[in-house]
Amino acid sequence: MSQPVTMTRRSFLEGLNLSVGGLALGLGPTLTEAEARSKVVPTVLKPNVFVHVAADGVVTIVCARSEMGQGVRSSLPVLIADELGADMARVRVLQADGDKAYGDQNTDGSSSVRGVYDDLRRTGATARTMLVTAAANRWKVKAVDCEARDHAVFRRGTGESIGFGELVRDAARLPVPRAEDVRLRPRAELRNVGGDLPLLDGPAYVNGTAVFGADIALEGMLVAVVARPAVVGGRVMRFDATRALAVPGVKHVVEVPAPKAPYLFQSWGGVAVLAENTWAAMRGRAALDITWEDGGNETYDSEAFRETLLASVRAPGEPFRQVGDVDAAFARAARVVEAEYCTPHLPHAPMEPPVALAWVKDGACEVWAPTQHPQAARTEAAQVAGLPESQVTVHVTLLGGGFGRKSKADFVGEAVYLSKQVGAPVRVQWTREDDIRHDYYHTTAAQRLRAALDEQGRPTAWLHRTAFPSIRSTFSTDVKGPVFRDLNQGVLDLALAIPNVRAEACEALAHVRIGWLRSVYNIFHAFSVGSFMDELAHARGMDPRDNLLDVVGPARHMSLAELGVPKLPNYEAPLEKHPVDVGRLRGVIERVTELSRWSERGKDGRALGLAAHRSFLSYVAVVVSMKKDEAGRARVDEAWVVVDAGLVVNADRVRAQMEGSVIFGMSLALYGAITMKDGATQQSNFRDFRLVRMAEAPRRIHVDIVRSEEAPGGVGEPGVPPVAPAIANALFALTGTRARDLPIIRSHRV
Amino acid sequence: MTTLKVRVNGEDKELDVDPEMPLLWALRDVLRLTGTKYGCGQALCGACSVHLDGQVVRACVTPIRRAEGRSVTTIEGLSPDGGHPLQRAWVEMGVPQCGFCQSGQLMCAAALLAKKPQPTDADIDQSLAGNLCRCGTYTRIRAAVKKAAGLPDGK
Ligand code: FES
Ligand code: FES
Repeated sequence: MSQPVTMTRRSFLEGLNLSVGGLALGLGPTLTEAEARSKVVPTVLKPNVFVHVAADGVVTIVCARSEMGQGVRSSLPVLIADELGADMARVRVLQADGDKAYGDQNTDGSSSVRGVYDDLRRTGATARTMLVTAAANRWKVKAVDCEARDHAVFRRGTGESIGFGELVRDAARLPVPRAEDVRLRPRAELRNVGGDLPLLDGPAYVNGTAVFGADIALEGMLVAVVARPAVVGGRVMRFDATRALAVPGVKHVVEVPAPKAPYLFQSWGGVAVLAENTWAAMRGRAALDITWEDGGNETYDSEAFRETLLASVRAPGEPFRQVGDVDAAFARAARVVEAEYCTPHLPHAPMEPPVALAWVKDGACEVWAPTQHPQAARTEAAQVAGLPESQVTVHVTLLGGGFGRKSKADFVGEAVYLSKQVGAPVRVQWTREDDIRHDYYHTTAAQRLRAALDEQGRPTAWLHRTAFPSIRSTFSTDVKGPVFRDLNQGVLDLALAIPNVRAEACEALAHVRIGWLRSVYNIFHAFSVGSFMDELAHARGMDPRDNLLDVVGPARHMSLAELGVPKLPNYEAPLEKHPVDVGRLRGVIERVTELSRWSERGKDGRALGLAAHRSFLSYVAVVVSMKKDEAGRARVDEAWVVVDAGLVVNADRVRAQMEGSVIFGMSLALYGAITMKDGATQQSNFRDFRLVRMAEAPRRIHVDIVRSEEAPGGVGEPGVPPVAPAIANALFALTGTRARDLPIIRSHRV
Repeated sequence: MTTLKVRVNGEDKELDVDPEMPLLWALRDVLRLTGTKYGCGQALCGACSVHLDGQVVRACVTPIRRAEGRSVTTIEGLSPDGGHPLQRAWVEMGVPQCGFCQSGQLMCAAALLAKKPQPTDADIDQSLAGNLCRCGTYTRIRAAVKKAAGLPDGK
């Protein structure tokens, strides 16, 4: 979104009505549709789709991004409220439906704050400008003699003030000011931004009233559970529904068509059992008799594929980053350090499995879903229903976790398809087994890293080869491996002060649906690079911290020439605004090693591991401390995280994201893996897909946020990448053995 | 179908359901008490934790017949106004991220405090061992339980 969205009254009300017609989302009092209509001009001020000031002074702010635990509903509205000068106690937050009028709503890529920071402030500032003008007109003074704060406009130098509500009628008659006539507040005037802001939905989360995807029920609704082929691309050859239909409560058995490659957001296909309640649907599914046909992907074996990937990185790939003459430097090297790293597929496993409710009726379709990407859900729903998008409404519930899974609209499409088939509202409920077996998996990868050292032990060359099936394979059938853009995540933007550098992408074909998982390719690029930095330190006989600072080099903004790339995708941000800033990277490394008393490592059995990574335009360094427990298992005992995300909106939610990233990173480093045999997933539930539990969580996670006025970077993802290498490095400090394959539990007692 | 009598959050209910239906689905689909969550269906995640006569059970593997004539408490009935010390500590300390696991976490923590008002770290680890949080709120949960118990390091 480059411009704030200015809207006509009609389109604003549409946006608003769609929202209020749907959900209260545990927000306490919400406008009813009738209320919203009665508040039509001239009794409300609504300069754009995001802000609405009513005559009673209540400010309604629309949150257009999905809440999945990152605290977006407790963060974005504050930007608008602070610009407006609103009192947060009199602000209510409304969750937007999927609508292009809100600009980009895809809640992905850690983009919510960094993507809309200026634009949202501008929406608030626009409303403020109108209120101030109305007050100035009433007092017959200049606007500069008035200021908006505490939900009122004050006349400077006098004690006089007029409340926002009282100004609404006058302000609503004014023309919406042009962008150039709207002044943003200086940073110091933004009262709440940057503080520890309260959790908007906190009370609803703890009293059971928060509304998630499965918590909405409509009259006459059926619950569907789908039997899906074990192998992606497989299909139903024949099925017998007799026994399923005999289960009390089961109403229909419906075949869901198989998708064609590329899989995109199409449903996985299979046979759905629709029943009066979830239990009956599950029992009905268990009673189905289905013969499947595999469709080609049944040859996939992830253990064998690991060897394929390793073979791929042992041969040259396509060079995407080049500085100097790497081959000549290796030929002259006094020593060569090299290592290979492998990482498995991972599922997203949000605590709330995919679920969606759809109702196709009378040429329209209404959907309620925990979606990260309401506009994509709307598009998919329209396609499946055979309706124009204008006839489709997507209401966004709270998400019980997303991590990238709920950006995909496949589960929404299933609900729409089934509702259309049976003519009733249908809620598709994925079981945990469905979620683990039929995910858009995080891709599996192999990395080979090589460094040349001269006689003095200085690094003279760096070669990084990476192979992994690309997410692009989900959207196109002719993808043979990583493309240039994919290497943006931790390969092309890796800070190095080494004269000869080359990074190559090596072939890797996809055999499962691949999707993006929290921090995506950064997971394995940071793991391999972060581990290799530590290996290099040991090879050089250096303190890993000093080595890391030496290899990334002095504080500077790296040019494209120094990086050795023709351009940098840079998470869609201009390099001038978000450079590869080695000073900031050094800053988080220096700070985290200070806080964790790095210089005292080794004393009292403190085994510390360090890693740092730039991703989503933020810089995060992590130190973990590991200890052996009585049973001899290596445990993460304490963790320190320093994050430089530029300007932050809600410091407490940033801390929470970093704490969560440590746990998420621990789960994938220590335990998590999906393995495939004969094209089918071998895991099915939390019994065999293991996550960190309470007793394994560190005693303390210390988070330090760098105070910064730089442009905001991402927060939801950048905490994850440095965690796994920090753990592997601490494990080496503790045991003297290195884990180059994840999860670590395969090689070590953890 | 049989008619089953169950006391839920202090109210007597009669349910016409398959006696084998797990309590989870009876609560969610029949009584429309949706605060109790489905996360695994196999007693592996704790999202469905409720109290049966004051003891924690995983509602996803507890057939409704086992609740016959007994008293069930769900998150909706933990306190009349969200004012249980744990609920207050959870909000004050910003424990929830996505919130999905939290009703289960709270019900398990509440059973712990009822039994042991001054729990140790080991007690907390043990009582919440069956509750997964994919968002990773464990350290705040620990601190909030201690705060609710009036213990010192509940920051
Ligand atoms: S849903 Fe019952 S323990 Fe997971
Ligand atoms: S808060 Fe999201 S799973 Fe616990």
